[in-house]
Amino acid sequence: MTTALIAEDETLLAEHLRGELARLWPQLQVLGVAPHGAAAVEMALAQQPDIVFLDIRMPGMSGLEAAEAIGEDWPDDTPPPLLVFVTAYDQYALQAFERAAVDYLLKPVQPERLSQTLARLRQALQQRGRGSPASAESALAQLRALLVSPGLGLPAAAPARLTVIQAGQGTAIHLVPVGEVIYFEAADKYVRVITTDREHLIRTSLRELLPQLDPERFWQVHRGTVVRCDAIATALRDEAGKVTLTLRGHPDRLTVSRLYAHRFRPM
Amino acid sequence: MDTRPAFPASAPRRGFVWRGVRVMLVGTGIALLFSLPAPHRIGISMSYSLPITLACWFFIDGGRLIAARWVRRRDGGADPQWPGWGWMGAIVVVGTALGFAVGQFVGNQITGQQDPSLLSGSPQRGFTLLLMSMVPGAIATWVFYTRGRLADTEARAQQAQRQATEAQLKLLEAQLEPHMLFNTLANLRVLIAIDPPRAQAMLDQLIAFLRATLNASRAGRHALSAEFARLADYLALMQVRMGERLHTKLDLPGDLASVNVPPLLLQPLAENAIRHGLEPAVAGGRVEITASRDGDTLELRVRDTGVGLDRPAGDGTRFGLQQVRDRLATLYGDRASLVLQPAGDAEGGTLAIVRLPITP
Repeated sequence: MTTALIAEDETLLAEHLRGELARLWPQLQVLGVAPHGAAAVEMALAQQPDIVFLDIRMPGMSGLEAAEAIGEDWPDDTPPPLLVFVTAYDQYALQAFERAAVDYLLKPVQPERLSQTLARLRQALQQRGRGSPASAESALAQLRALLVSPGLGLPAAAPARLTVIQAGQGTAIHLVPVGEVIYFEAADKYVRVITTDREHLIRTSLRELLPQLDPERFWQVHRGTVVRCDAIATALRDEAGKVTLTLRGHPDRLTVSRLYAHRFRPM
Repeated sequence: MDTRPAFPASAPRRGFVWRGVRVMLVGTGIALLFSLPAPHRIGISMSYSLPITLACWFFIDGGRLIAARWVRRRDGGADPQWPGWGWMGAIVVVGTALGFAVGQFVGNQITGQQDPSLLSGSPQRGFTLLLMSMVPGAIATWVFYTRGRLADTEARAQQAQRQATEAQLKLLEAQLEPHMLFNTLANLRVLIAIDPPRAQAMLDQLIAFLRATLNASRAGRHALSAEFARLADYLALMQVRMGERLHTKLDLPGDLASVNVPPLLLQPLAENAIRHGLEPAVAGGRVEITASRDGDTLELRVRDTGVGLDRPAGDGTRFGLQQVRDRLATLYGDRASLVLQPAGDAEGGTLAIVRLPITP
């Protein structure tokens, strides 16, 4: 049986979508409604639906961030769920969805448009049923394309590049040249800045920090990790295809998520 | 000093040729004027007048371009076409003297005559001739300058108009935040099917909100009670969407109900409280709007119990706050203020305080 999850913070709209789905695709079993992004990730990973309808603007974690987290933490042995983004009005988002060929719905959801989407979803699930190995990889590729979209994953206007990180500690501000940073790691509301000999905390999110870093030099390898590429010593791939990085000048090992594993291939 | 460029920098080459043609017409006119007492000498008059006017123009206009470019390089942003009146005065005098000398030399070559030069006759004759020759140059320079200024003023007025229209559009878009509007409509569409009376109530609130928003840009004032009613409409719309995640409290003391305020002054603050305070908070929270009096000052407070000011806000907030500040500054100058600060109690969140003078 085909299953779906709805992530939508506005109760009325969530119930409406559930009602329309019941009418247009009675065999589809809606497993539940997640009222915010973090709940969507948790429920998706626990219940493993075939389809997730994701509202873009949700409290705490946006639909896109939820999609990223679902994509990264999804078990390797099953294909990730098909994603349908739902938004009221987001010009950047629509452009990004068109480019990445991801399905989306506009609120208020119109029955005709929803039927088209459902037809496409059925078709995609059938292809997947025939065991097309490319489908998982193409879902990841779509997600990757979305995450680098201006105005959606990235801010619409690129801020200036940082040359030093200013980290406060007590009454002192430590200035750390970005060239000395080995990697950045998201930690709740903070970002940990790791250098060879010590680490600092800065009060920002990784998502805001990322556009201020040179993408050629600092590679995102996980939704919570950005590493300076010339500090990477080796990338090790185990039998399951999981990639781990060892670093120059630091004993830590970093896990590469499946969204970013494509970066590490022999030349 | 006024250092704005007086002339649009475009198409100087075509202008140069055009000015040359017009100078030749002026030269012909002068020749005709001089030969009025002796019409048979028209040929000779032309032979002097045309070269002299052309040469004067060549030196003055060329001098202008070179001086303007030099001044621009020295001072930076000044006008690429106009070096300033000080320079132009000197250029007109020197250019006329040089132009007269060169033109007269050419005229002598054409006619085979030996007209005495500016320096060879009496100083008085030379001075008079120079002064007379300067008149057309000075007039032409003046015409050139005023026309340039005129075109520039026009361009400036057009640009100002365009900017004003853009600002108004941006304001309207900020007030009618599309995301809010479409989400509200989506909710309305659902309510129509399941709860028609509630749908009607919601539609009425939306209508009142839209009407107030569209009227607000047309200046004027309205009573604080009307301001609070519109805020209540807006918050009720948001409440349909957010359900239990949004609680509201509006407190307007009776004696302040008739005080006049700019329409929808607090709207951007209420919107920020929801959009940047409560919407990102998983558990939601409360928006509190209160009015109080402090002597002749009206104090309006918009407070939320949301995520607070720690998170860097997007452009939207800054635009909303700037808009409130601009309106206050235009209407009240220094006598009004807007302060945004952490709410500073256990519930957290953000507090915006607007202070403005009570006007009858």
